[in-house]
Amino acid sequence: MNYNDLRHFADSWGLLAMAILFLGLVAWPFRKGARHRNEEAARMIFKDDEHG
Amino acid sequence: MIDGLVFKAGGWLALALLALVAAALAVDAPFAVHMVIVAVACLTALWFAVSRADYGVAARGVLQSPADERVYDDDPIRWGVIATLFWGVAGMAAGLFIALQLAFPALNLNLEYTTFGRLRPLHTSAVIFAFGGNALIATSYYVVQRTCRARLAFPTLARFVFWGYQLFIVLAATGYLMGVTAAKEYAEPEWYVDLWLTIVWVAYLVVFVGTIVKRREPHIYVANWFYLSFIITIAMLHIVNNLALPASLLGSKSYAAFAGVQDALTQWWYGHNAVGFFLTAGFLAMMYYFVPKQAERPVYSYRLSILHFWSLIFLYIWAGPHHLHYTALPDWAQTLGMVFSIILWMPSWGGMINGLMTLNGAWDKIRTDPIIRMMVMALAFYGMSTFEGPMMSIKWVNSMSHYTDWTIGHVHSGALGWNGMITFACVYYLVPRLWGRPRLYSLRLVNWHFWLATVGIVFYAASMWVAGIMQGLMWREYGADGYLVYSFVESVAAMHPMYLIRAAGGAMYLAGFLIMVFNVWATLSGRVRAEKPMTETPYNAAADRPLAPVPAE
Repeated sequence: MNYNDLRHFADSWGLLAMAILFLGLVAWPFRKGARHRNEEAARMIFKDDEHG
Repeated sequence: MIDGLVFKAGGWLALALLALVAAALAVDAPFAVHMVIVAVACLTALWFAVSRADYGVAARGVLQSPADERVYDDDPIRWGVIATLFWGVAGMAAGLFIALQLAFPALNLNLEYTTFGRLRPLHTSAVIFAFGGNALIATSYYVVQRTCRARLAFPTLARFVFWGYQLFIVLAATGYLMGVTAAKEYAEPEWYVDLWLTIVWVAYLVVFVGTIVKRREPHIYVANWFYLSFIITIAMLHIVNNLALPASLLGSKSYAAFAGVQDALTQWWYGHNAVGFFLTAGFLAMMYYFVPKQAERPVYSYRLSILHFWSLIFLYIWAGPHHLHYTALPDWAQTLGMVFSIILWMPSWGGMINGLMTLNGAWDKIRTDPIIRMMVMALAFYGMSTFEGPMMSIKWVNSMSHYTDWTIGHVHSGALGWNGMITFACVYYLVPRLWGRPRLYSLRLVNWHFWLATVGIVFYAASMWVAGIMQGLMWREYGADGYLVYSFVESVAAMHPMYLIRAAGGAMYLAGFLIMVFNVWATLSGRVRAEKPMTETPYNAAADRPLAPVPAE
């Protein structure tokens, strides 16, 4: 695999895969039914009672 | 048990001897000095291993009892907080001194050890890696334990990370003074110091991931995502950018693996992502835990924090080429760097809004709680410098701003405003809790610190804007006959008033920090200042009654 092959891979399938992965990761917490889990996660740091 | 102790002590002694042999055989003086420092560190470790050992337990032939899993392991965090303050004073004082050197060159003292060129990396490394790095390690140990509700994994390794990191700082700083440098900005330490940092950093990763693995909470809180990305990315950047071949295994000189524009791009891929993952992701981790805790309300939007995280991860890594506009770097790469820098503006502001809106419904805390006020100011500066940065990455702006003091002003609005302020706030949060004090010695002193720091930054940033734009315009001013109107030294002379204002701003910032050191010291010694509270509840009993009907005359 030389420089040109890598470059063509990077600006075609590589780019597509990265874009899909990014959109998937960003969309994940916005899926239906995630609201409750998100709220629970945000409040989790207040369960700690040792240090107020 | 005794066998183990003998083995440990013998190991430290052997390492110390090995370092002394390396010092004796060194091909240059700075390497010899460094090896002596390493030998002293090994002998100190030997002393503590022998003098602190529990001989009573050893004599009875029982195993040492394991650590109590029901309490958090806070010792390395306490050391880290103190180290943060110590290196902060050193780094900020060095910064003030070199600011004065720019205004008064006689302060170079005509000594090679105190020239601007050697003290400048000392200042940048001391404030970024020593002050900021210790704050990051200490807070990450604190946050990962609290959010995983588990005691720190590998306690010995966690202590090794702390002391090994201090040794890295000492080797780097003394190297700069002796003129040892790899000549890469923010990556100046030479090959053997880099190797040492790599070992320490991998140990840090093991401690952090080990604690996450043994967590008692199902969900990994978002602050830990930011800390983990900071640790992993810094490891990757550090290793790739510092690939080098030493000229001698017993000397301090090495040659970089890359050359020319490849070297420049590798350097700024490192340099910009050090800003992105050390000074941004790591400190955002602090923000996502300590701002909600201090405000006593959950983060505004947990979903936005995840969006913020993935956007930074996917976008930041491409922005480095904006440090190389109008250089030999191919044009498309420069444009790529510029475009990604501008896109970065969005997630940055998303994160800033997320932090600020956490106070939604409790805005009065800005008036009554100086620690919250510091956090809000830190977020405001995060927003301002992440707006200024993308703007300066635009080629048209960069053609004027690059190589001028505007860049210095931008860096300091981020470093003093964002990194400094959020660190101060977190240390103020941590100190009473870590040392079991009812509260800080004085909240009014926190208020003094806040205002000195804020006004200091304003002086600093404003004078550097003026200086930078003036420099940029003077350097590119052509006369009618096609010659440059100003010589370089004329632009230097024109900077003098701005350099004085900048030094005044830096002095105010340092004065605020010294107040903090006093406040923390007084808190540790158990004092609580009797003072008027920051807020009162105004109540007028006489006015708090209905208007009685008055009969007509």
